[in-house]
Amino acid sequence: MARYRCPGCGYEYDEQKGDEHEGFKPGTLWSEVPEDWACADCAVRDKADFVKVDGLLA
Amino acid sequence: MSTTPMSAEPAAAYRDDKRHWWWLPLFVALSPVLGVYLAATTGQKLWLWITPILWYVALPVADWLVGRDTRNPPDAAVPSLESDRYYKFLVYASIPLFYVTWIVGAWAVATQDYGWAGYLGVSLSVALTNGLALVVGHEVGHKTGRFEKRLAQIVLAVPAYGHFSAEHNRGHHKDVATPDDPASSRFGESLYAFVLREIPGALGRAWRDEKVRLARSGKGPWSLSNELLQSFAITAVLYGSALALLGPVIIPFLLISTFWGWQFLSTSNYIEHYGLLRQKLPDGRFERCRPEHSWNADHIVSNLMLYHLQRHSDHHARPTRCYQALRSDKAPELPSGYPLCFTLTYFPPLWRAVMDKRVLAVYGGDITRVNIQPSKREQILARYGAGRQTATGV
Repeated sequence: MARYRCPGCGYEYDEQKGDEHEGFKPGTLWSEVPEDWACADCAVRDKADFVKVDGLLA
Repeated sequence: MSTTPMSAEPAAAYRDDKRHWWWLPLFVALSPVLGVYLAATTGQKLWLWITPILWYVALPVADWLVGRDTRNPPDAAVPSLESDRYYKFLVYASIPLFYVTWIVGAWAVATQDYGWAGYLGVSLSVALTNGLALVVGHEVGHKTGRFEKRLAQIVLAVPAYGHFSAEHNRGHHKDVATPDDPASSRFGESLYAFVLREIPGALGRAWRDEKVRLARSGKGPWSLSNELLQSFAITAVLYGSALALLGPVIIPFLLISTFWGWQFLSTSNYIEHYGLLRQKLPDGRFERCRPEHSWNADHIVSNLMLYHLQRHSDHHARPTRCYQALRSDKAPELPSGYPLCFTLTYFPPLWRAVMDKRVLAVYGGDITRVNIQPSKREQILARYGAGRQTATGV
């Protein structure tokens, strides 16, 4: 389970928690989030711009 | 606290000059009530026009007299400015006022003997405070907490525009300054053409996006979890109760205050991105939204009334930033604040005479980089000397 952060506003998508309001159940993998999904908080950045956190990837 | 301040002005010494002026929109929100009161006590019915006179006459004059303010808080002062609850409180406090004003307005037109001119004045006054309710809904709807998103639904119910949060945050901010955005106006498009494209386009996009969001949780669009319907339900209760209690005499008030309130939003949107275009990248995506994709206005008085909405460039670049911390950015500048721009847009040749050259200046005269109204594309390209380039396939 990993986390992905919006480089614009800092919103984090955590696979473990999902995002209930966006309709992603806990455990929804990042790969299952639609490609055209934009950041839930700012919508300035898209899924493709998100950066993986947890130190696995810079 | 021990570190050296990043800016020339130390954060600790920074004082927000506008701090106490952010009470101004609360008085504006109540101005129609003041008008009703003064008309009753003085017998002068011109008071019923207080808010239109304020918006269309007094604010342009005040903007001209007081001028612009391009100063920004130093970077180091922004976090404490943003977390100061005083600013949030002022926005929250305005929300019940929009209900009070709306109810007093409906009561006044139904029970007082104003004649048609006074009735119209009250309706337009409430229309403009409905527009301000949309600005407040905009501010709280951008915040990331559930509580503030709920407040947005509540305040947006007054102007009957409950779909705004969904439309604006997930739709407009994603597609801003692209040809497909119903809420970004195009070069050569008149305000009237834009309003007819935006209002249905925005509702359609909000409904589709909400449907997609609900479908991910396995719900249909006609669900109690539909946030558009939740806000519309509050509107139905408010408008329905007023009609039942006050009678059909308020129908013109409902129509004028609602549609002219929507016009307030649409005209703001028209001004905010006129002709500006995010260019397409080689991978087919549009370039990221940056300050140069919105028009900016630093006029002090109208910015105080509109919670810095006119610092629109920074807002689109950083949509979750609070109003008090919005910056004047390196962005295309409007000739005046929104109040005067509104009047210019009502006369399309006047608006185009003022704005078209400013759009071209943003792109160094290259018309092919502008967001152009498709029905006028050939004519506009020919006029600005780019007919040949596009014919060869740019």
